[in-house]
Order: sequence, then structure tokens, then C-alpha cells
Amino acid sequence: MTRIDFVSRRGFLETVFSAGALVIGAQILPDEARADGTAAPAWQPTVYLGLEPDGRVIVTAHRSEMGTGIRTALPMVLADELDVDWNRVRIEQAIGDRKYGDQNTDGSTSIRSFYEAMRQSGATARLMLERAAAAKWRVPASECVARNEQVAHAASGRKASYGELVSLATKLPIPKKEELKYKSPSEFKYIGKGLPITDQPGIVSGTAVFGLDARVPNMVYASIEHPPVFGGKVKSIDDTEARQVRGVQQTLQIPPFKPPYAFQPLGGVAVVADNTWAAMQGRKRLKVNWELGPNTAYDSASYKQVLFETVRKPQKVARNVGDVDAEFAKGGRIHEAEYYAPMLAHAPMEPVNAVAEFKNGKVTAWAPTQNPQAVQDTVAKALGIKNEDVTCHVTLLGGAFGRKSKPDYVAEAALLSRQVGKPVKVVWSREDDMQFDFYHAVAAMYMKAAVDAKGRPTAWLQRCAFPPIESQNDVAARFGGFEQGMGWSDVPFDIPNHRAENGPAEAHVRIGWLRSVANIYHAFAVQSFADELATAANRDRVEYLLDLVGKSRKLDVQSIPLNTPGYGFDTGRLRNVIEKVAEQSGWAKKKSRPGHGYGIAVHRSFQTYVAAVVEVEIDPKGTVRIPRVDYAVDTGLVVHPDRVRSQFEGAAVFGTSLAVMGEITAQAGRIQQTNYHNYPVARISEAPREVHVQLIQNDAPPAGVGEPGVPPIAPALCNAIFAATGKRIRELPIKKTKLV
Amino acid sequence: MIELKVNGASHRFDGDPDMPLLWYLRDLLALTGTKYGCGMGLCGSCTVHVNGGAARSCVTSMKDAAGKNVTTIEGLDRNHQHPVQVAWEKVNVAQCGYCQAGQIMQAAALLVRKPKPTDRDIDEAMEGNICRCGTYSRIRQAIKMAAGVKA
Repeated sequence: MTRIDFVSRRGFLETVFSAGALVIGAQILPDEARADGTAAPAWQPTVYLGLEPDGRVIVTAHRSEMGTGIRTALPMVLADELDVDWNRVRIEQAIGDRKYGDQNTDGSTSIRSFYEAMRQSGATARLMLERAAAAKWRVPASECVARNEQVAHAASGRKASYGELVSLATKLPIPKKEELKYKSPSEFKYIGKGLPITDQPGIVSGTAVFGLDARVPNMVYASIEHPPVFGGKVKSIDDTEARQVRGVQQTLQIPPFKPPYAFQPLGGVAVVADNTWAAMQGRKRLKVNWELGPNTAYDSASYKQVLFETVRKPQKVARNVGDVDAEFAKGGRIHEAEYYAPMLAHAPMEPVNAVAEFKNGKVTAWAPTQNPQAVQDTVAKALGIKNEDVTCHVTLLGGAFGRKSKPDYVAEAALLSRQVGKPVKVVWSREDDMQFDFYHAVAAMYMKAAVDAKGRPTAWLQRCAFPPIESQNDVAARFGGFEQGMGWSDVPFDIPNHRAENGPAEAHVRIGWLRSVANIYHAFAVQSFADELATAANRDRVEYLLDLVGKSRKLDVQSIPLNTPGYGFDTGRLRNVIEKVAEQSGWAKKKSRPGHGYGIAVHRSFQTYVAAVVEVEIDPKGTVRIPRVDYAVDTGLVVHPDRVRSQFEGAAVFGTSLAVMGEITAQAGRIQQTNYHNYPVARISEAPREVHVQLIQNDAPPAGVGEPGVPPIAPALCNAIFAATGKRIRELPIKKTKLV
Repeated sequence: MIELKVNGASHRFDGDPDMPLLWYLRDLLALTGTKYGCGMGLCGSCTVHVNGGAARSCVTSMKDAAGKNVTTIEGLDRNHQHPVQVAWEKVNVAQCGYCQAGQIMQAAALLVRKPKPTDRDIDEAMEGNICRCGTYSRIRQAIKMAAGVKA
């Protein structure tokens, strides 16, 4: 729950708004943080609205645009509540600053966290304009109604535009939250309807500015040779040939990180040049002698066996219901299966890059970042300057998927700029991007169930191991942290004896979160195993899944994000998406046959309930084609239906890529994939041909959208492949299994 | 000295003749609509038209571009109203948008060769253009709209 207060209209955003503008800054912070009455840790404004006397409306977008449409959706909510024409709204992208509250655009949280704040900002300004009109006309404020950019007094027929009332409104006190009147849903102009995204004209004309497109005067370009093995260090450098390359200016060292690695640069050698090409060419002629360090012992093939050995033994209990051991001891029908999902790279189309200028002890950066405040922190720490001396301008992001939450690349640009004395643009090549990522973790899962005469589990044991994300901040981290609340300790099945465990795993590369995070491997194991049990019981998959989920109830389980009020885990909603997707896909009439199959999976993540049916075709060569994916989605209130649909359309493709072909491997500590030929992602003919997204209407609060479409795809696809071929995929990616 | 035309304007270049056209366009001419994605002709983000045909500018060297007519996304249509651009906006194709200039240039070149493309034509022509956001179904829809063929 959030609570919003309003602060002084002076002192910020002077550059965005004119002096006469009505500027309302909303502050937001969790209720519980204030419950004890202690001084809140800096109240942080997150939402800004400016009304100019000429009627223009300026909304600051404080979240990063990486393809979800959030730069449109949140301002649209505000514009709707304020009741202004969208064409009047100008969107300004915020720099990184704590006063905006949380700017880390990840975890599918933007609408969840800021929908209310945006409505409150709009409603506040509207009420103030009504009060300004009332004061002007000396009539009761209750008789003044603000609509369509003007305030009207029906009795006297008087009208005034918002712009005319701005200077009066600026002199009024900010109303209390209790005084606000919100629009009813039937009055919405934009919420629940949507608008074309604000960046679309720039995108189709090639004028939209992504990070890679940022240019500042006197800028030089840098390409960086990173240690080939994680944790490696420079022993010696011979840059003679590199410096002879036309356009190369100099070479510079970046010091190695001090563990834990967090978001620090990896270290290495930078070639600085007049242009990107010259920097890349110079780098090819660089001779670096490396101290590779202990991770040369890392081999992903043998590490896989280490993970499997871990999950074959009892491990730390994450959740326990009843007594699985006693139930297993009774004997009877037991099923066991092991699953494996490899490391993955984010591979956004725009590799990471940044421009930074160090001047007079301060840094100004332009970066495609999901987290401009982390840019401030990381750059400040790397250079030993104050956080407030780092200004981060946020460009558009050419995809991100979690990679661009980690701003090591911005710190590289800042460190280089300080040494060069000019603005530096750091450009990672695609090879750099794939070889030095914060990888989605490899995971092994062991599943065991005892079933009754109908094939229904009486006991269910699940065990997983993966190098944890917490290894970023703690060199000793071995066990999963928040990952466990992502489809592991919150498996929603109604089974009397149920235990979830997690075993230790050491990280040998940087680990990071990737679109839907641990839900990927957890949903793969859980939803595949459910399908295996249904197969063994010879039962219809939809009927079996509904039976596993059991009757409608509220679950008391630990999910991440936490099940805050309004966001509890409701198995009724889970049942509903299963039933709806079955209906939409015509499940009852679809019969799998050799070479053609249908599979289903259901998964709740980021507080959104999603069921998917995947149709697959396997040609005589064993090539996988996906004619159709059906989704039923319960994500609560939908602000922008078209962008929600597009996120699910995209998630089906993202899920296809990781299921069919995604795999990062390491040998002697070196990542073996370098570019899209050996780390392929789905192309147009490999992607699902049609994706049908059903959005379930209800009054529940808005939940996550960007990520929850990904987890059900891999298991639904593998279940479909089983239906088409009889081959059970227990190891991703699918391409490693010969299907014919 | 290499001479070439970019979006109708004549340019001269006396730098490294092996420099890919991509970096010339982006770093020297500040035409940043053409994107870098892989540097190996694998992803299509850098697609431009060279003498009217789609080409990957990341693997087209300046010496190969000598004497040619190059069109970038900025020059596809003076008002950015090429039928493909119009369709792209109508269908709301873009998510992050980074690959879309390459997709649009590729699609525009396809429609010159095949004004009424089939699904198979679209697959073949667009197979080299990766969209990591996964906008493929809308790309297909927009191409058909621009071509005036049934979806």
C-alpha cells in the first residue's frame, strides 16, 4: 500500500516548467514505514505534474521505457484523472533522483506501484483548479466542475480554462487525500482504453534516441577488452599495434572489481578512438596478458553434474506441509524426474553502452538504464565522488530484460572520461554483451511424487539448486533468496504432504535477473512434472491441473513480490485462467496426433495469473513450429489493453527463444557463445505464428505485465511436444533433443 | 577518396575504406536511426537500402558503398509516411523500437520486389531481422496492411 503526500512546488524541475506553472509533486512511501511516527527516511516525490498558464500539461515519466509502453501508460493515467486532452500532454523523462521514489524499472512493478499515485496527482490538480475557479467567481467549490480542460459553473454559465486558473491555483494549499474526488471507471477516457505509445513516431522515423544514439560535443569512443574469465586481472599489456590503428587515441586500464562484484565494472583495457569502428579495430590489435584467476576451473558441463548431485540429496527446506517422507515410506506408486535449465543471456538488441562526462568533480551520464539511481550509486562509488554529483539522463532502452538494471557500463564510461578529460562513449560489442553478461542462473530440479489410485499426488517433493543472485552482494551466498518466492515455495497445488527444498550452488560468473527470473526454471519443472503425472494417470491435462490446484481458496504461501493486501494468492483466479484458456483454445476438441500436439501450463508470477496453451508442429526433420499460442491472463485492472497484449505476444516469443534454443555454456571459465549465430533467439518463422491474449476483466488491483507471460511457455511447449512425439523434454533447450 | 550518396546528398569519405557503412552513417554523419546489433549481418538492425536493395550496413564496407546510393530510415520518406511506416504506426508494432528501423527498411525493400507478399515471402524476407521483444506477429500484420493483402 502506498500513501501519497504533496510537497513544496518550489525547488525542483525549474528547467522543465516555467516559473508560473502549477507543479505538484507527489511523494510516496509505504504506510508501514510511517506507522511508528518516526521521521520517514526522506520523503521521495515520484510523480510530477506541471500545468502551464498556456494550458500545456507536462508530466514527468520517472520509469524507464524499454518496450512496455510505460512512458505512455503512467502519464496517460494522470491525464485521464486530470481530464485533459492527450495532445496537450508533454512527457519529460526524469533524471535519476531519489526524490522520484523507486525508479528501478524491473519486477513488473510500474503500474502496480504508481497507478494510484498518478490518479492522485491528477485528482489533486483538478480539485485545486475547481477551488481556484470558485475563489475567482466567489461561488462554492462544490458547484464548480473541472472537465475537458476547463472548469465550469453551471448555475451562472461561467467557464474558465485550466490555463487561466493556473496562477490562482498555485496560491492554494494542497488538498488532503480525503478531499479528493476520483473519476468513476465509466468516466475514463484513456484508462482501460489506451493510446498509441508516445515514442512511436520517433521509432518509425528513426529519430527516437536510444542510448547508443546519444551524442555530446567532443565525445570520444571506447571499446573495452574485459578479462576473458570472470574475476581475471590484467598482468601486462602491449598496446603498440593498437595505438597504430588510424583513429585510435590512447589505451587505458580499468581496475578490476573488489568482491563482491555487485554492479562494479569488470575491469580491463579500453581503447579510446575517434569513432566506434576505430576503437573496435584498435582493440583487436591489443595484446593483453591476463591473470585469469580461480574461475578457469569452471566448466558448465561438469557443473551440471554438481547441481544434479546436490538435488538428489536432502536440502534446506523452503516450505513444508504434512510429512512427505512418511507418505513415501508407505510405498505405492512413485514418480521421479529431474529437470535442467541452462544459463541464459539477456541479449537485448541494443548492447549496453553509455556516454559519460567527468567535469569539475562531477559526472553527467546519458544511458539506456532501467535504474538511474543505481547509476548514481555505482558511478559515485567507482569514482569516489558524492552520489548527488552524478546526473543520469535516461534515454530509450533498446530492450533490457533485466540487464540494464546493472550499470557497470556507465561506471566504465565515467572512469574513462575522468582519465581522458573528454566525454566518453562506451560501446559494448555483441560479443561483449554475450560473454560478460549478468547471466540468468543455470538450475537443476528434482521432483518426486507418490500418487493414489487416480494418479493424484498424496506426497510431492521438489528440490532445486541454482547459483543465487545474492552472489552479487555476498561472496559466500549459496542458497536461493527471493528466487524461492518465484514459483517454488508458492506452488499452488492442494497436496496433503508437500515439501520444497533448495540446495547450495556457487556462482562462477556474474548472476542477474532476466525477464521473469527464477519463475522460468521453477515453472518448467513444476508444470512439466504435473504433465508427467497426468500422463501416467491417463487423465486430461486441463482436468488434472484443476484437480491439482484444488478448490478456490486463499493460499498462505510466500510469493515474491509479497502477497500484500489486495494481492493474495487466490486459487480461484488460477482455476479461472485454466478454464478460460481451455475454452479459448478449443482444448476439448483439440486432439494431439503424431507431429502435432497441444500443451498447457499455468503459472502465477508478479501477482498475475497466466495460463497458456501452445500448439506445436514437428516436421519430418524434427523442426519445431508453433502455429498458435493462447493465453488467458488475469492481471487485475488493465490500464492499457493493447500494451498488455503486446507484452504477452512478446513474452510468447521470449519464452520460445529460451525454451527452444537458448543456452550459455562455459569451458575453462570462458563463455562459449559470442553472437546470434551461436546464441540464437527466435526469428519470425520460429516464433509463434499467432498469439491470442484474453484479458480477464475484474476489479482487482493492477498486477505485473512485463514478465508473467514468459514462465508458462517452456513447460506448455514441452508438454505439447510430448503430446506430438511422446518425447519428454527434461532438459532445456529443446534443440538438444532429437525429436524425430 | 570514396564518394557516395546518402538520402540523396553527396558525401566524400577519406577514412578507413574497411570501415562498415554502419559506423560511417552513425558516427560520422550522425544518422543514428540505423542501429548496431551484431556486427556480423546476423540480426538486421542495421538494414539500409543500397541502390534500392536491402543491405546490412554492418558488413558493407565503405569501399563497397563507393559510388552507391544509400537510403537510411531517415530518408525512406521525406515525411516519414512511407506505406510501411504508416502501417507500422497503425498496427502499433514497436515495443522497445530498437530493431524497427531495420525491420521497416527490410519490409520496404520486400514490397518493391513483391508488392503482394505471401506469408512465406514474409518469412523469407524477414528471417534475418531479429526482434528480441517479439513483435513478429504485428510485423507480419503491418506488412500485409502496407501491401493491401488480407491478414
